[in-house]
This record gives sequence, structure tokens and C-alpha cells, in this order.
Amino acid sequence: MSELRVLAPTAILGYGFPIQSFEAGLRRDPHVIAVDAGSSDPGPFYLGAGVSFTDRNAVKRDLELMLTAARKRKIPLIIGSAGGSGGEPHLKWNVEIVEEIAKEKNLTFKMAMIHAEVSPKLVLDKLASGKISPLSPAEDLTEEELAKSERIVGQMGMEPIIRALEMGAEVIVAGRAYDPAVFAALAVYRGFHRGLATHLGKILECASIAATPGSGSDCMMGYLGENYFQVEPLNPLRKCTTMSVAAHTLYEKSNPYLLPSPGGVLDLSETQFHQQSPRAVRVTGSKFIEDANYTIKLEGVKKIGYRTVAIAGARDPIMIGQIDEIIDSVRERVADNFGEKKLEYFLDFKVYGKNGVMADLEPVVETKSHELGIIIEAVAHDQATADTICSFARSTMLHWGYEGRISTAGNLAFPYTPSDFRAGPVYAFNIYHLLEVSDPCELFPIELCQSGEVGA
Amino acid sequence: MKLRDVAAVIRSKNSGPFELTFDIIFKDGDLFQRVYEAGVITQELFAKLYNLPVENVTAVIGFSPANAIKATLVRPIPSGALGERDVYGAQQHVPLFDVEIQL
Repeated sequence: MSELRVLAPTAILGYGFPIQSFEAGLRRDPHVIAVDAGSSDPGPFYLGAGVSFTDRNAVKRDLELMLTAARKRKIPLIIGSAGGSGGEPHLKWNVEIVEEIAKEKNLTFKMAMIHAEVSPKLVLDKLASGKISPLSPAEDLTEEELAKSERIVGQMGMEPIIRALEMGAEVIVAGRAYDPAVFAALAVYRGFHRGLATHLGKILECASIAATPGSGSDCMMGYLGENYFQVEPLNPLRKCTTMSVAAHTLYEKSNPYLLPSPGGVLDLSETQFHQQSPRAVRVTGSKFIEDANYTIKLEGVKKIGYRTVAIAGARDPIMIGQIDEIIDSVRERVADNFGEKKLEYFLDFKVYGKNGVMADLEPVVETKSHELGIIIEAVAHDQATADTICSFARSTMLHWGYEGRISTAGNLAFPYTPSDFRAGPVYAFNIYHLLEVSDPCELFPIELCQSGEVGA
Repeated sequence: MKLRDVAAVIRSKNSGPFELTFDIIFKDGDLFQRVYEAGVITQELFAKLYNLPVENVTAVIGFSPANAIKATLVRPIPSGALGERDVYGAQQHVPLFDVEIQL
């Protein structure tokens, strides 16, 4: 095969895409449709709680179009980091949506589910045999820290996906995966250059974000040849420029020349970007340097408590001028009131209009806002304590008698009733480590089934 | 002249949950070369702007294909941890706007 074409409909499954762009992609006769469904960007909650950060209806809408098109053309559909975080509940959630569509549209296909959740027991064994190392700036993993983890996933490379293709899978729903893997797997399976395929995947994983004007909800086409790849947005309103594609290569990575990936490093020190046509960019020279030992990135989270927040506004200039002192006083009153109960809690005030976004790093010292948005946040080991602290801090702040106060009826404007919201369990990342494996597939069991037969 | 006058893009974003990465993309190759060679955009600059020890600024690297300087630092608080305020890390770039550049 001289050229392999990959259709990337959207940056994240559920972010959507215009049907016209998708159809333009289909007219280019893709060999595979691939989509990344996840990210760790939305924070530790989703991995810990086992829920997706994307909406079910939006994911179903995207999948209906992709699945129908892929089956009609008899080309593989590959989904990576299913359900957002790619753990066991996320994978099941995503497969259930695929199954629902298959039933509704009367589609039949061979489906592979690739699991990516890693048991703490396995990690413990690997830790004991010295196969786990921290990914800077994380620290060495300890047994104690590992015992606290709520859920751990491994980020698979392209090998388990290639194995699923070898097994004849027509639809692959993979748990947590290195973002480019779903775009590169078919190409590498068919003998294309791994460095170029991975770099192409790195661009396609965000679909049209690498175009200008960029969009996270529009389609991109990738073309892979023997010694190049080419990318072109499918919406005529957008174009790829050498700048937009090179700039995307930088995105979310620490070093632009050496991008670590499962099993090796993507080396871009000799990469060149050429403007092939007014809307398409051709890339050459990207290399893949295999690691001596294949490593898998582990992501894990632990539960650290429960959160309750209250949202309020302040408009009185006399109060705004003393906001720091008022917050300090409220903190003291809360501590004093529950001192004897020895409640353990975290209480924070986020003051928008002052330094809500940057806190201590905020370079603007003097607040000039005529109004402030205030989030009162309490986190404690149980929800009831978080409720107590948030509620008490809120009522204390509402009626605090600050210096020079002339508005004696209340200090806060609440936009909602109830004023306080339970945000539920709070998680923190506690595992961000590399695990050395002897087989790239060993952490990622593949289950093959006929659509309509899952759990049957 | 300020950095915002010579850059087309100044952005911040997570690079994993424990690092923040900054991209400064210049309006053209000439501006990129001149600013990069002027040696103003350094680890020390980021350490000062983000109140960190210099060793927590892990890299400041020029990337000529994108006319860009990239810097990466250890997040003062990991993404989503208690007290953290920018889960995606996408709004931490503004202190760079007013960095003085002599060209």
C-alpha cells in the first residue's frame, strides 16, 4: 500500500463535529476512523469516581455517525481512552453505548474491548521487583501510598490495538491509551514507519485543533506515505499551515524535540514541515527511537475527602477593601467555634476579581474590581463535616461586622438557593509512574466478541 | 517592547498533572531568533514570575519549526489537588505578557 488515510472526526469523542466535514473525510476513502475519548486534563475526579467527563448523549451522537460509516465501508473504528479515563467503569460505559447503537441501527461487527485498569496487587508486585519508577516530578512510589489508591490505569501503546486488529476486530474500544496510538496502530500494523505514524497520531489526536482557525470539534484527515505524512482539515473554513502544525507538536508536551511514548521516544530533531498546498502540510523526518526497556505510564488517584462549596458575590466597596482581613477573621471564627470538636477540614476562599485564578502568583496587587465573586470551599473526611464547615463559614461571612461597615443587613449576595452545593468525593493524583514490562500487551487483556453479545 | 507585542501566541497548559508548560510563539522567525538569542526568556525569568526555585523550571527550549520558545515548570500545586485553581492549567500565562524585551 502506498498511502494510508486516517479520518480523525473530533478532538475528544463527544466534542462533536459538523456532518459536512465528516462526509468530506469519508469521500477521501479513509482506511480507518479513529478517535481519542480521553484525557487526564479534567483532573483526578473522573478517574477516581469512574465516570466520564463527556456527556453520554454527545458521545452517542458522535459514535452513531462513526460506527455507521465505518461498518458501511468495512473499515475499522478505533476508540482510545474510552469513557474519558479508560478505567474499567469507563470502558463498560463506552461499550454499552456502542452496543446500544449496534442494536438500534442493526449493525453487526466483531468488537474488541481492551482493558487498561491495573490492579493494585500487580503494581505492588512490580514495585517489589523494582519495575516502577517515578515520572518526574512525582516521587518514589511507596506501599503506603499505593494502598490509598482508588483506581489505577496503564496507558497502553499501539501493540494491544495491533493485536486486536490481528484478531480480526472491526471495532476496538480501548481503555486508557497513549493518545496517538489509536491513529497509528493500523498504519504500523501494515508496515508504515512508526515514527511518522506516531507523529501523525500526535497531530490527529486533537483533530482540527492543529488547523487555523483551530477547533476541538471538527474533522482532520491524515495521509501517511512511505517517508512522509500529511494533514489537512476537512472544513474548507480551516487550513493547516506549517506554523499551526509545528505549534501543535508543542502542545501539552514538555520537550518539543523528544516526546516520550510507550516503548520509545518520538524524536523530532530532524523533522521538517512543508506547506504542500494552501491547506495541507507535509511532515518528514520524524523518528522513533526504541527504549531498551518498554515502559507503561501508570496514572492513579486516591480519595482525599468530600467537598461542599458556597457561591456568593460582594458589591460593597467598604467590604471589598478589607476582604483579606474579613476572610482571616471568618477562618478564625470557624476554627474557634469547632475547636473543641477537633474537626479536621480544609477551608478555602477563592476570590474572583482579586486573585481567584492565580492566588499567590497573581502579579496584580491592588484590586480594582467593583464586585467580587467568592467561592467558599470546605473539604473534610466526610460529607457532613464538609457541609458543616461550609455552612458555618458562609453564615459567619454573611453577617461579619467588619471595620466601618454601614451595610448591616448582610455582606453577601447569593445567586442561588440553596447557597451551598455538595461536590461529592474529592480525589488527588497519587500515581504518575512508569512500569517496566516484558510484553507491551501484558497489562491489557483483550476481549473479543460479536456485537450484541457483550455480557451475554 | 513587551513580549505580548512580539508574540502571536502565549499560552499555558498542563503537561500531565504535575507540570505546566508554556508556549510563546513569535510572529515570525526573525522575532523568534532575536528574542531567543537575547536570552531574556530563561529559567530564571520563569522562576521569578512563578515564584519557584530555578530547579523547578525544568526546561526552556527554542523550537524553530514553530518559531516558539517552550518552557515547562513543576506546578506549585498538582492539577485538581486541594487549593489548586486551574485544573487544565490554561490561564497561568498572563505574567508573561508584560515581560520587557529589548530588540
